[in-house]
Amino acid sequence: MSMKASMETKLQTAYAPEQLEVINESHLHAGHHHEDSGHHVMYDGTGETHFRVRIVSSAFEGMSRIDRHRSINALLADELKAGVHALALEPAAPGEKTRR
Amino acid sequence: MSGIKDFIDNEVKNNDVVLFMKGTPGFPQCGFSGQVVQILDYVGVDYKGIDVLTSMELRQGIKEYSNWPTIPQLYVKGEFIGGCDIIREMFQAGELQALFEGKGVATKAA
Repeated sequence: MSMKASMETKLQTAYAPEQLEVINESHLHAGHHHEDSGHHVMYDGTGETHFRVRIVSSAFEGMSRIDRHRSINALLADELKAGVHALALEPAAPGEKTRR
Repeated sequence: MSGIKDFIDNEVKNNDVVLFMKGTPGFPQCGFSGQVVQILDYVGVDYKGIDVLTSMELRQGIKEYSNWPTIPQLYVKGEFIGGCDIIREMFQAGELQALFEGKGVATKAA
């Protein structure tokens, strides 16, 4: 299963979200130093290393921003260990303003 | 690891505003770090930038110190505030400016 699919499954199961988008943004980071492959290797932008998660779920109601992020980071700890090194998160509860 | 933890602890407690980042405020090496630099500069707060790319031990150590898996990380008066997404959301909502004010940290245009 791809990293994206495995994250989607976990997020879906854990939060039963109203909206969920897992976006692979790895291509946006081509040319920057790739974290785990040494300082002299430039990342070519392929693969599954940088993601953005947009999620709206009532599970986030009453949680602080930090707690929302900590919750998602913990859920996706395996993926973060297995090569995802940037995880931009946009969690919201229903009715809250989102970036779009 | 205790050495690096002491180093981090010392930086966080002895500087009002500390940003652990990739690169330096003048030359960020990652877009997420760069966004936080821009926000802090806009708000006009004095801060210390610490480049985690200078040390593998530091880069790993800061993640364990805060139990937070990504960089950048912003600390104000010893408290972990968040990473890029949280700082941006707080800034856009006016909460970041209020946080600095509440903690007695001077900003350019309070």
